[in-house]
Formats: sequence, C-alpha cells, structure tokens
Amino acid sequence: MSAPIVWRFKESKQRLVGGRCDSCGRAFYPLTYGCPYCGARSVKEFVLPREGKIVSYSIVYSTTDAARFETPIVLALVDLGVARVIAEITDIDPSEVSEDMKVEAVLRKVREEGESGVIVYALKFRPLLVDGD
Amino acid sequence: MPRRVAIVGTGHSKFGVRSDASIPELAWEAISEAMKEAGIEGRDIDLVVMGNVGGWSSEPLPAIVSLEYAGLEGKPVYRVEAACATGSAAIKAARDAIASGDADIALVFGVEKMNESPTPTVVEFIGRAGNYFWEFENFGLTFPGYYALYATAYMSKYGATEEDMCMVSVKNHYYASHNPKAQFPRKIDVESCMGSRYVAWPLKLLDSSPITDGAAAVVLASEDVASKLTDSPVWIEAIGAASDTSNLSKRAQFTSLRAARLAVEQAYKRAGIERERAASEFDLAEVHDCFTIAEIMAYEDLGFARPGEGYMLAREEQTYIGGLIPVNLSGGLKAKGHPLAATGVSMAVDIVRQLHGRVEKGRQAPIKRGRAIAHNIGGTGHYAYVTIYSSSKPR
Repeated sequence: MSAPIVWRFKESKQRLVGGRCDSCGRAFYPLTYGCPYCGARSVKEFVLPREGKIVSYSIVYSTTDAARFETPIVLALVDLGVARVIAEITDIDPSEVSEDMKVEAVLRKVREEGESGVIVYALKFRPLLVDGD
Repeated sequence: MPRRVAIVGTGHSKFGVRSDASIPELAWEAISEAMKEAGIEGRDIDLVVMGNVGGWSSEPLPAIVSLEYAGLEGKPVYRVEAACATGSAAIKAARDAIASGDADIALVFGVEKMNESPTPTVVEFIGRAGNYFWEFENFGLTFPGYYALYATAYMSKYGATEEDMCMVSVKNHYYASHNPKAQFPRKIDVESCMGSRYVAWPLKLLDSSPITDGAAAVVLASEDVASKLTDSPVWIEAIGAASDTSNLSKRAQFTSLRAARLAVEQAYKRAGIERERAASEFDLAEVHDCFTIAEIMAYEDLGFARPGEGYMLAREEQTYIGGLIPVNLSGGLKAKGHPLAATGVSMAVDIVRQLHGRVEKGRQAPIKRGRAIAHNIGGTGHYAYVTIYSSSKPR
C-alpha cells in the first residue's frame, strides 16, 4: 500500500466517512461517487454513526501474512442503522461474539510495512460498554 | 436474428495437483480431446477464446503459449477473466461471436495452474479478489471469510446447521468417487466433515473447494456447421449474466446472491422457463459450490427451493439422482476440484456428456427432458453466469 492512497483516503478509512446519495437518500460505506443503489452521481460525503450492532460474523482461522500475522480474527458485518460496514471486531474473545452484539468504532494499528513503509491504521469495532457491565 | 450455437466437442483434463504438466500441456489434454470429439482440424477453427485468471502461474500470456503448443498459432484469440466464472464468460464470448456471424467454429478452453505458487500466496490472491483496498487489507477478510458471513446469516435466519452444509460436501464427494477426472475421487462422511478444522467459522476445510490445476475445452459451432459435424449437438439455449458490488458492505442481503438471481431471471426469461417450476425443467444442474453454503443458496437462487428452504434439499438428499433434481453429479467444485477458469467450461463438458448419457456408471442422471443448467459464480457473487444447455434445438 502506497503512502499517497493512504493519505487520500484517510478520512474515509480512519473516520468512518461514507457517502450519501442526494437522489435516493441512502448512505453507504466506503465512499464512491456513484450511488450503488440508484446509480446517481450526486453523492456527498457523510459521516456515519460510530455505534452499531453485529448482523453476521465469521471467525477466520486461516489467513496470510499479507492480511494479518495472527489468527483467529473476528470479522463482522456491522449495521450502523443508516449503512453497513464490514470490519474486524477487537478486544473480544472469539467465543463471546454474537449476533445483535452492540459495538463501537475504534482506530487501531493494523501493521507496519517494514522500517520505512506505511504504518497501516484501520477502524475496528469493539463491544460497547454499557452501565452495569 | 442471432444464429443458434451448439457444442460439438468436449475435452477435460484430470483435475488435481498437476506438477507433471505445464499450462500448455494441461490445456492440450483438454483441447486435443475436444477437437477429436468434434472431428475438426486446426484449420477449421475461426476463433479461440481462452479463460485464465492467472496471477499465481508462470505464464503471463497463457493463451499464446497454449495455442503455439497446440499448433494453432495464427488464430484470432483473446483471454477472458471473470474470476471463478471465467469459463462461463469465455463460452459466452464465443457463443456471441458465432451467433453474430463472426465465426462458424470456435474453440473455448479454460486452464488454471494454481499450484505454481505456494498455498499462502494463492490464499492471499483469492482473498484480495473482492476489494483489496477496503476489505482485504483493512479487515483481513479472506475469501472463505466472505462466504462465512453469508453462512452465518443464513444459518441464523433459517435455522440451517453445519451438518446440513456438510451434507452437500458428502454428496459431492460421493459423485466425485465415480468421476476419474476428479481431484478427490473418494467418499467422505458427515462426521469427517464436521471434524475437519475451521477455516472461517462456520465453514470448515471440508466445506471448501480445493486449490486445483486443470483444463477443460469445448468446440462451439453455428447451426449449419454443427449439423454437418454431429448428429447429437448440445445447444446453448440461453445465457444470463450479471454482477454485483465489490464491497460486501453495500449488499442488502446475505442469504442469497443478487447477481445469481439476476442472471437466473434473464436465462429463464430467454428460455421461457417459470422459476417456480424450474426443478422439473432440467435433468440435472451443475452449480457453483466453492463453499457448501454457496450450493444451498444456489438451490434457492435457481428456484429449486423457496427462500430459506434450500438447506432442506440437502438435509433430505433431494439433490441426489432420484431426488427433486440431481446437482453436481461431477463432484462439483468441492470434490472434482476448482481450477478457476476451467470450472465453467468443465460444467459445460460434464453437462454435454450427461445429456448424451455417456458419463461413468453411478453418476449418470436419467435423461428425460434433454436439458440441464450450469450456475457459475465469480468471487462472492461478484459475477454470475447461468447457462441453459439443451439437446433439442431452441426456438
């Protein structure tokens, strides 16, 4: 991954900036300038909510160094209400993940690409703490 | 008015770890058999369409290398890519050329040598197939992980179990045990599938198709030429094709593949088939079981079962010979193997031989309607091709 593309997409990738279509009103992530639902080109940047719930998930036991150095990884489809995102769930024992679990976005370091390469950050989601827990 | 197009010859290499053969040698195994079956010489071929996903293999121009080896240099040729649906896309490209009058005889072959790279490289490459920037690097999502999200959503919504998914694998291994060209020509049971390690929960190793080397080829001909070459052409009655978003986050549904539904709708409309009666219109189906959940969703996307009831077909063994509709009598991607670009062509080869009644004992479907369907998906529903083949000349 080159530094320029990481810089260009930093808000979208690190701050949950997606898109919303002026024409049909639907929001989506990641940001593209064509609406994936109605095809209109009138898309504006849109800051997505940082809390949501797990809709579907998988526990990935087998991956490659190109993605992650350690497994298992918990991956989930997270419903933020107005849009969905796919993200890693962090700060959790894989046996505790469940559907409908409430989660919140956090910024985490993913990897370093060598001594002088890009340090890759990404949004992950962690279980939401609620009073009484 | 487009011209009718038929398959007049088929060829198929042994699938597996084929360290014994290079790409052109593997391709020749299939090409030579298909040309022999069709009774044609190289000079008869007007167009060659080649399918290869590549990336893991040594040859960057596999079409040219294969044609030279086959003695077909000089022919117009191009390489087609639609991920795991590449083979079906290549057939469509050749069909379109003949239908338009641009060619009378076309050779289509798909070849893949996935074992030329180490397994982690292949896993990475397939994992990047989807959306590298947004999903692979960011989230560590691997290809089994994509389908696992579908499996989890499906199980949760409809109450299917991991055992139900294993039933698909058991069936496909059973039929592969009768197919000498299969990578894994041996039976397994539900216990061994359930006991295999998780790749991406809830999907296990024995829910997953393997890394495969292999090639398959078909010769297509226009109506006039086909009637001179053979008295048993198999017609390409209808093709439906569609695609979907690269980012899974933008998809509305995780229990069905939208691209597959769109492709099925097109193909059925063109062939005059009612979705509700689809299972009774075909003698057999070859469907895209890269993971067992994919075959279950295919039952529903093809209209063989209502939404949420596909897993019952697996549980009740309704997709064996003698059931509602036999599915993947070749062994499917799971057990026959899945050399990406060869898969769609391999489906066509097996369907033609099934409709002729000439496959191995134990996996031959009774042929009554003379019609079969191939459902070939690229990526996680990123591409979809649905092809209807018929022994009767289409309207």
